[in-house]
Amino acid sequence: MNVSLTVNGKAVSAEVEPRTLLVEFLRDELGLTGTHVGCDTGQCGACTVHLDGRAVKACSVLVGQADGAEVLTIEGLAGEDGSLHPMQAAFHEQHGLQCGFCTPGMVMAAIDLVRSYPGASDTTIRAQLEGNLCRCTGYENIVRAVRTGAANMEAQ
Amino acid sequence: MATAETGIGKAAKRKEDRRFLTGEGRYTDDIDLPGQVYACFLRSPHAHARINRIDTGPAREAPGVVAVYTGDDLAADGVGGIPCGWQITDVDGQPMKEPAHPALAQGKVRYVGDQVAVVIAESYHQAKDAAERIDVDYDILDAVVSPAEALEEGRPQVHDEAPGNQCYVWELGDGDAVDDAFNRAAHVTRLDLVNQRLAPNAIEPRAAVASYSRGEDQYTLYTTSQNPHVTRLLMSAFVLNLPEHKVRVVAPDVGGGFGSKIFHYAEEAVLTWASRKVGRPIKWTAERVESFMSDAHGRDHVTHAELAMDDSGKFLGMRVNTKANLGAYLSTFAPSVPTILYGTLLAGQYTTPAIHCRVTGVFTNTAPVDAYRGAGRPEATYVVERLVSAAAREMGMDQAEIRRRNFIPRDAFPYQTPVALTYDVGDYDATLTEAMRMADVDGFEARRKEAQARGKYRGIGYSTYIEACGLAPSNIAGALGARAGLFEAGEVRLHPTGKVTVFTGSHSHGQGHETTFAQIVASRLGVPYEDVDVVHGDTDRIAFGMGTYGSRSLAVGGSAIMKALDKVIDKGRKIAAHMLEAAEQDIEYDDGTYRVAGTDKEISMGEIAFSAYVPHNYPLEQLEPGLDENAFYDPTNFTYPAGSHICEVEVDPDTGKVEVVNFTAVDDFGNVINPMIVEGQVHGGLAQGIGQALLEQCIYDPDSGQLVTGTYMDYIMPRADDLPSFRVGTQNTPCTHNPLGVKGCGEAGTIGSPPAVIDAIIDALSPLGVRHLDMPATPVRVWQAIQDAQGSRAA
Repeated sequence: MNVSLTVNGKAVSAEVEPRTLLVEFLRDELGLTGTHVGCDTGQCGACTVHLDGRAVKACSVLVGQADGAEVLTIEGLAGEDGSLHPMQAAFHEQHGLQCGFCTPGMVMAAIDLVRSYPGASDTTIRAQLEGNLCRCTGYENIVRAVRTGAANMEAQ
Repeated sequence: MATAETGIGKAAKRKEDRRFLTGEGRYTDDIDLPGQVYACFLRSPHAHARINRIDTGPAREAPGVVAVYTGDDLAADGVGGIPCGWQITDVDGQPMKEPAHPALAQGKVRYVGDQVAVVIAESYHQAKDAAERIDVDYDILDAVVSPAEALEEGRPQVHDEAPGNQCYVWELGDGDAVDDAFNRAAHVTRLDLVNQRLAPNAIEPRAAVASYSRGEDQYTLYTTSQNPHVTRLLMSAFVLNLPEHKVRVVAPDVGGGFGSKIFHYAEEAVLTWASRKVGRPIKWTAERVESFMSDAHGRDHVTHAELAMDDSGKFLGMRVNTKANLGAYLSTFAPSVPTILYGTLLAGQYTTPAIHCRVTGVFTNTAPVDAYRGAGRPEATYVVERLVSAAAREMGMDQAEIRRRNFIPRDAFPYQTPVALTYDVGDYDATLTEAMRMADVDGFEARRKEAQARGKYRGIGYSTYIEACGLAPSNIAGALGARAGLFEAGEVRLHPTGKVTVFTGSHSHGQGHETTFAQIVASRLGVPYEDVDVVHGDTDRIAFGMGTYGSRSLAVGGSAIMKALDKVIDKGRKIAAHMLEAAEQDIEYDDGTYRVAGTDKEISMGEIAFSAYVPHNYPLEQLEPGLDENAFYDPTNFTYPAGSHICEVEVDPDTGKVEVVNFTAVDDFGNVINPMIVEGQVHGGLAQGIGQALLEQCIYDPDSGQLVTGTYMDYIMPRADDLPSFRVGTQNTPCTHNPLGVKGCGEAGTIGSPPAVIDAIIDALSPLGVRHLDMPATPVRVWQAIQDAQGSRAA
């Protein structure tokens, strides 16, 4: 089947097997390997991307379902001059990442979280990040990063 | 240059972050090689079965299939089994039982997930589809999964070579002295403890890409490894019989390890071998369900422990008997974990004069068990601290008081324990005092009452732990059974322009070596932090290395870099003496500048580097050009991080749900290079320790041997809303025997925290009569403990 979608602002079109997952399409067809796969059951959130502005787990979406949609991945976040998105900057500032594997999904989820829950409390942040596993940080600095990122995004 | 932000002791922001934050990290599964094909491993669906026949015919004919191999194909090519890197000597002086560990099963499968065959195809989907067409004729045998049951008479035998499923019986300590202590005791505390099996669960699954270049007769293996040099050595010398210099192993960005990526796994060898057979690069990436089945697991001890005291609560002796599950095969470091890394830690922070430990290593029909964050030391700490806390409750003593009464005093170091280790330095009372202050222990009773008013039971638990890190003095490790050295290698290369590349044999998979090591080198050489890059994880770029585990990167790897820096600075001094026309002994070095003592004649490290590569005005008769030094560092002792963890929980008696409301950790890590990174390491360790205490466990069905917890829907990982915000601090005494004075911080959180959590729950529920709980303290288990305690009271 043929799919056409916009990924990180660029129109892409391809012939794919119907069973192709969005995450497979991003990684294998487009070479956008910043989106990671950490499980096979939609539990870990490492593959989180934005689909029409909302965070989704790209392992749980067929690329066919994204036909005509706008997809934003971690590679599309930074400015063209290389400047980091306020949420990326906040993760750096607050040491919200260690091995980096869950990080792209975590950052994408965090941006959606901040848009959905402006001024979120730590409790809300923790509850909303429940779908993203991190084995390195104990989440402490991720929570701090989301708080800082929220403030950074608001200031922009 | 020791700038305000990047010098030693400063919370420099991490160099590695940018690539991870922008999707530019390069993990093994991100690597595609031209002409690449894909592998899928067919794994045993049975815990224990005889293989009568494997029919690969239909799979070979499936679309896209390039090749299908079984254990017979490996055997025909002379491929060896997966080696074990540590030999434990049995109590009767015999070496442990060491059955063969074929890379693909031969004759028998011994656990669910044991690899039986590999299918290589043009796409992963094709390989996976074809694997389903392999017809294996199995005779299913009875299985045994629990270490205690496996030792019983008449149970299924995992290996013919290991009668009674016993790999070894290992003992440490003076049994007679312990018997004497127990005879004199005023009180004995006894506990039966289970330290449950855990799955390490790095979020990046294991993966490998292997290729062979016919023109160069060179193999390249990209793999998710914590120690690429060791993988190369084991695989080339013991499994594939390849010349070591013809094999390059690269561990690129690795998405977490926690021990599970230390070991040489069968898939790495099979892929490397097969890449030559099929003449194309081969990629394999584990699905999460495969990770659960085939990554080496951690813990899995059943222990009876006893602590003898006098009437003042002074410890007289300790006796520990542990059955340790090793799984179906011996993984790389497996035999050492429940022995050398466990029994030697049973003194904890205390002066207990007599300790005896007996460990039986047991084969079962389960995935191999090996080092998982902390490796042996969390198990030891759990035994010691559960005993101490139980003893305090039984004796009616305060938890802090019983510990203080038995602490090794700060003026008693170096301190020889009765279980082989010599602690170099520590101040245990200092970390406990600070932890109690930070945890506001004084305010606890008020908080308990307030919780009670809300219908919640609140409790407080203590853990004052020690660990032995910085693995390890090679001669001691060798005497204890290690089949390898445990030094580390480092190289510091100044380029003509004064820029610096540092090569380390340790490997970063989240620990931030690119930052911490750059801070050290930049400070010592007086060059900008931005001008220092750290290279790790490639056997073609780094001379040698033993990798990263046992909190050894900074203590051992950092020390090797310090030695290389000393060589650079010494050589620079000779160059400076020549250029400044002074005697070498008159040259002072400080922070990147050589100066003739008592004068204003000076020259910078950058100028020295340039001169070393453009040696026009240079002492060529005495000195080689260039400024590139490598060093190997072998530590003279382990390091001994220690600390105090205090946990406060609230328990809902109606549901059994436990909430960790406060967690305080005050650790002694020696000198700290980057406090931000150290804090992050503690946070992550605490999450894993609290995860063990409350949530995580691998469960094998006792009858079928099936892994019940094979996905993230069954194995409960700590999530953001399961954990509190941590209070962490340090009270440091510098290590006395390495050049940085550092001890290591990677495992402390995981080692110290589980007993603090469990004892907090027991403390909370002691008014209801609860005296004991096993991990994980799930709501149903806690609720049941409450019901049982209430029932026995009523009766």
